[in-house]
Amino acid sequence: MMASSKKMLEQEPSDIEMLLPWHAAGTLSARDARRVEEALARDPELGKQYAAIREEYAETIGLNETLGAPSARAMQKLFAAIDAEPARRPSVLFILSSRISGFFASLSPRTLAWSASLGALALVLQAGVIGAVLMKNQGATYQTASLSMNEPSLTRNLAGDVAPPRALVRFAPDAKIADINALLDNYHASIVDAKGGMFRLQFGDKAMSKDEVSGLLSKLQGEKIVNLAVAAQ
Amino acid sequence: MQVLYGRHHVRVFRFGLRLVRDEQIAEDLISEVFLDVWRQAGKFEGRSAVSTWLLAITRFKALSALRRRKDAELDDEAANAIEDSSDDPEVAVTKKDTGEVLRECLTALSAEHREIVDLVYYHEKSVEEVAGIVGIPENTVKTRLFYARKKLAELLKAAGVERGWP
Repeated sequence: MMASSKKMLEQEPSDIEMLLPWHAAGTLSARDARRVEEALARDPELGKQYAAIREEYAETIGLNETLGAPSARAMQKLFAAIDAEPARRPSVLFILSSRISGFFASLSPRTLAWSASLGALALVLQAGVIGAVLMKNQGATYQTASLSMNEPSLTRNLAGDVAPPRALVRFAPDAKIADINALLDNYHASIVDAKGGMFRLQFGDKAMSKDEVSGLLSKLQGEKIVNLAVAAQ
Repeated sequence: MQVLYGRHHVRVFRFGLRLVRDEQIAEDLISEVFLDVWRQAGKFEGRSAVSTWLLAITRFKALSALRRRKDAELDDEAANAIEDSSDDPEVAVTKKDTGEVLRECLTALSAEHREIVDLVYYHEKSVEEVAGIVGIPENTVKTRLFYARKKLAELLKAAGVERGWP
């Protein structure tokens, strides 16, 4: 069996070896991801390197998450600069919308009334079809356990209260919604936001000590359906 | 613009900060980036994600800012800081956990290596997207990240962390 990993000081790295970081980040095409999975299954040396990459991946996210956010000064500076910009020429979209409204304005009231009636009829028919489809599939709906975007931010507030812990979590590709819901229930966790395949989870509604957070992350990392769990803000 | 800013400013700031290593400059950078976006909105062709476009502008602005500061040698100094640690490597590792050392070594990488590591791991950009942002061929993206990781392994080894690779 030919090893996919090579002695890097002697030879150039293999193509599969170079794709490992993108596999860890979940940004490979399905075809490349399959190639990497197959190579990992037959080459333990490659698996060792992949474990190191996953560690780098987690720490890079952790490092970036500690960098904080820009102050309000940056936003004030930006919008002051935008206000100082000369008036802009109308966009293509604006010109197009003007032409469309011009077209409707040119129609006679009778033509317009007929068009509106036909449009309303089409909408009623469409609503009927959608309603029928929804009624038929009603049993297959589910509700996710995410927070409402309208809820106030739970980060450190002005009074100095410490926020409950948060973590960035990537679930295993084969994790089922029911498993994820069960995990969220077990950890009293809720999804704050998501980007790509990463979910920002918040645990409970009280602050935890550093040791408690560390224990929580270790436990989470040990879950079968969790690929990655790192502390986040 | 407010929605676009609200959605992307933190990541743009972090990407810029990792490149220029100065909060003040990174904050100035994001104002410049979004002002450029405001001015050039008509040029965005929608062939790439908005975040990819923003990161490409941020990178260009950050490199210009770095050129203005003329501190290219700063990267080497930062890399040497790890090796110049007064502690014996074993002592250094016992003082900190491996994750902490790994983060220090990630910070000590050159700007070229930091940006590729961040784009792939933190900003979750594909090979093709990184090639577009950095302006290099896709094969160079792959080899550059490989050698960034090799450099990281050397820094870790110098700090007393052996991971069995390479």
